[in-house]
Amino acid sequence: MSDLKKEAFDSDALESDLFETQEFVLNLGPQHPSTHGVYRARLVLNGETIVSAENKIGYLHRGIEKIAEGLTYAQFAPYTTRFDYCSGALQPWAYALALETLGGIEVPERAEYLRVIVGELQRVASHLIMIASFALDFGAWTPWAYAFNAREGINNLLEEISGSRMLVNYIVYGGVNAEVPEGWVERAKAELDKILYRLDDFDKVLSGNEIFLGRTKGIVPVSAEEAIEWGFTGANLRASGVAFDLRKTSPYSVYDRFAFDMAVIKGEGDCFDRYWLRMMEMRESVKIVRQALEKLPAGECRAKVSKVWRPAAGEGYALVEAARGVQGYQVVSDGSTKPFRVHMRSPSFCHIGIIPAKAPGITIQDFISFMASLDFVLGEIDR
Amino acid sequence: MVDFLTALFNFWQGFWGVPKTSLAEALPWMDILWAFVYLIGAFVLWAVNVIILIWLERRVAGFFSERVGPNRVGPLGLLQPINDAIKILSKESVIPQAADKFIYMAAPLLIMTISVTMYGLLPYGPGIRPISLNVGILFFLAVSSTTTIAVLMAGWGSNNKYSLLGGMRTVAQIISYEIPMALSIIGIVMLSGSLDLGAITDAQKNLWNIVLQPIAFVIFVISAQAELTRSPFDMTEAEQEFVAGYHTEYMGMRFALFFMAEYANLFAMAALGVILFLGGSNGPFLPGWIWFILKTYAFIMFLLWIRWTLLRIRVNRMMMLNWKVLIPISLVNLLLTGVGIKLWQYFTEGRV
Repeated sequence: MSDLKKEAFDSDALESDLFETQEFVLNLGPQHPSTHGVYRARLVLNGETIVSAENKIGYLHRGIEKIAEGLTYAQFAPYTTRFDYCSGALQPWAYALALETLGGIEVPERAEYLRVIVGELQRVASHLIMIASFALDFGAWTPWAYAFNAREGINNLLEEISGSRMLVNYIVYGGVNAEVPEGWVERAKAELDKILYRLDDFDKVLSGNEIFLGRTKGIVPVSAEEAIEWGFTGANLRASGVAFDLRKTSPYSVYDRFAFDMAVIKGEGDCFDRYWLRMMEMRESVKIVRQALEKLPAGECRAKVSKVWRPAAGEGYALVEAARGVQGYQVVSDGSTKPFRVHMRSPSFCHIGIIPAKAPGITIQDFISFMASLDFVLGEIDR
Repeated sequence: MVDFLTALFNFWQGFWGVPKTSLAEALPWMDILWAFVYLIGAFVLWAVNVIILIWLERRVAGFFSERVGPNRVGPLGLLQPINDAIKILSKESVIPQAADKFIYMAAPLLIMTISVTMYGLLPYGPGIRPISLNVGILFFLAVSSTTTIAVLMAGWGSNNKYSLLGGMRTVAQIISYEIPMALSIIGIVMLSGSLDLGAITDAQKNLWNIVLQPIAFVIFVISAQAELTRSPFDMTEAEQEFVAGYHTEYMGMRFALFFMAEYANLFAMAALGVILFLGGSNGPFLPGWIWFILKTYAFIMFLLWIRWTLLRIRVNRMMMLNWKVLIPISLVNLLLTGVGIKLWQYFTEGRV
């Protein structure tokens, strides 16, 4: 084959020489079915291939961190659930830990166990949402409904203990808000079996599906170095092969008392790995909840803390492994009943930073899978 | 007027298996009248099918995903499509200012016309055929492929980037998948020796074509899903990528026409599959048209099952499946069919 012919068969040559193409700008969002909130990506497209992408955030900014300065410590706790609304029950945990380090409060053991139970149940529910929306972004409606059905059981459990299904304000400084109702532990145990059964369903309908593998395997891989460089935490980081989980590496609460594995995938760090890691992590979470329910000690569920609480002037900082990654709260006290400053470290905010770096060269379809696999929530990006 | 009523009476008599009188032969102008009557019949069938299919899809989808589906309006939610129709009729149909108005407005009409025309070509039972063409299958494929133009008109005329991208995908997809579909049908045509849909039905009196052409059937099912742009090939209106694809900018009744045409085409394509592979209206005991409807709905249920189980394939893989897998296989199938027919003729009739 002559050089001329070779050139003609080269796809780049085809694009540049034979056809005249034109780039155009597409604003993906803020109202788009698969941006999972009011996120906007300004895409420059050549056909369906992305030339460059730009993050546009701020559509959900509510100024919650500023609101905190006008409320007492206890009053602000429910606001924290509005950050990552997909895992409401996990949200006040870091805030409570920060306050406890600030005020030096000792948390009763039963409260620690209840925190772990509620937190891990919420993590499963949150990962189920991720799996559901991930599947839905490929047009798989049935797994989406399966996941939301499974999440329904967890929501019912959370509703029983806190009165709220989504924005669960259960973990408060000094312990947890209320004692669990009668028979709740048994119902929770029964629910765990249902969740495991449902996870197997996912493996049948989704994990081994040839089309699903084709859509996710090798799509937008994020290497370990890149993940660290862009500040990845949580499931996205572990999917890139970095063994970092606060529950294992620096255990807080009572996580050191349970036997569970840190889910890590030493692979490409592609979309499938990010999906599969969450499946693994849900199974681990179920293990933790089961052990915690078995071992649940008797006693008080909240330390004696006065309603109008004045911690000494100072700072408290605490980190927890939330559903989407490491979540931190910085609380500064000036000795009054209201915090001087509250700041939150949100994992999703760091995760979307990689989007403009990774988007060029991929198609819209892969871009959608990539966004879904990062599993960001706009509530904690914009705050 | 009396003639017209007689003709109408006779047409509906066809459904009860009573042979028609030879009125059409007696009066030459009756042919035109017949065509008119049949067109109304086809349109009624179109509308009824759309209503049933919209209900069926929502209900079946509900059961697949452990939901209940529509169950509030009427018994089993059967009146839900009527409710939807009233809702959608009462909606304002805004034309975007930047749209190419003529193309924008013509596209839904065109897509509906195409799908009604397809209904006119199908043999619903012995003697129940609106238009009897000796090149029926060819005409059917030709008409169904014009859907591409309507979709591209909608995508271009809307002057919306999502619509345009959806429309472009459609052209690539539907045109590509027409090739394996046509190739899979050619085997049937070779077997029955006719392009006439009625003759193809008659040729399957003893043995359905699915037994003789299993590979072609699989290819047909795959490319039918692609032609209908339903999951796993729903690229054109991939909600998660292009919001609603080519009909993003349509609302009210204009959107409804696209929506209804999609379901109407589902029935037409399933009916074609039944005629080609599953014996058409052949069947024991019951009248032919009942068999036809039963088989078609069974086939539709199969297509719904596929749709609600699988997810959307990647665009490049869709094209690869078409050009590198389906077309070569269908060509090989064609060769095998030809050789098989010749061998059969050699051994049974002693001629080559």
